Amino acid sequence: MAKVTFRIERCKGCRLCLTVCPKKIIAIDESTLNAKGYHPAGVTEPEKCIGCAFCATMCPDCVITVER
Amino acid sequence: MSIVFQRPHALIDKPLHYCPGCTHGIIHRLVAEVLDELGIEGTTVGVASVGCTYNSYEYFNCDMVQAAHGRAPAVATGIRRSLPDRTVFTYQGDGDLAAIGTAEIVHAATRGEKITTIFVNNAIYGMTSGQMAPTTLIGQVTTTTPFGRKPELHGYPVRVCEMLSTLEGAVYVERVAVNNVQNIRKAKAAIKRAFQVQQAGLGFSIVEVLSICPTNWGLSPEKALEWLGENMIEHYPLGNYKNVVLPSDKPASKE
Repeated sequence: MAKVTFRIERCKGCRLCLTVCPKKIIAIDESTLNAKGYHPAGVTEPEKCIGCAFCATMCPDCVITVER
Repeated sequence: MSIVFQRPHALIDKPLHYCPGCTHGIIHRLVAEVLDELGIEGTTVGVASVGCTYNSYEYFNCDMVQAAHGRAPAVATGIRRSLPDRTVFTYQGDGDLAAIGTAEIVHAATRGEKITTIFVNNAIYGMTSGQMAPTTLIGQVTTTTPFGRKPELHGYPVRVCEMLSTLEGAVYVERVAVNNVQNIRKAKAAIKRAFQVQQAGLGFSIVEVLSICPTNWGLSPEKALEWLGENMIEHYPLGNYKNVVLPSDKPASKE
């Protein structure tokens, strides 16, 4: 059981977390804009998350918190 | 469930001013994580440089000083000598360290100043909008080398780690990259060791971090990381260039 939390107001939509997710469950939410005007990243299938923290390690803006 | 990854305490909770995908954010976090792990946030003084990192004093929770362009090692020297119980690090880019600040870094290293330098090399001037840097690769297109860097006209890229590793005062010299998760973990280990070398009072330590500049390279962050892996590492080989035995190191087995 693992849980990742995205602080979407800090996300700049750089997509680096998408490239490293081994389960490919992170996607850019094109339907949302944050206060800075970026489409933020988020998890599409949270139940598949293994809590490896690769996304958080790669994120330049400390958007992601990982619990396991 | 317990938290296994979150913002380190030594990194102030405010939005970074860097472009989307800029790996300065990762390197800031690695330094902050090391300050947390070593428990030296309260006794560390950082020296911010000029370039995209001019604002880094806004982000680290330790004491910070802003130095003139390229002069961070000189300022750090003064701080470390007058406050010998502090841990002092400089955070510099390639335009700052390898161009205008070459004299300062070479002499701080050869004097064996007990400071740590985090040298972020992205092969271009980022803040001033993408001019050629001393570390720009041969053939790389920048705003001042629109047909690519030509050795006969622009000279050759500087390899800082190789150069500094010839100096006796520099005792720990390592080049790392942040282009994938494995390399980020290695980068953190290198930064931690550099701080430990300083704490042990052994001499000058520097970690060169190969970084990206998606905005001025004209690539998406993802493509920029690929470009780093395919082009920069070839010219700037990763690895340790000089190492020293720490008191905490386990003795090598006699086999």
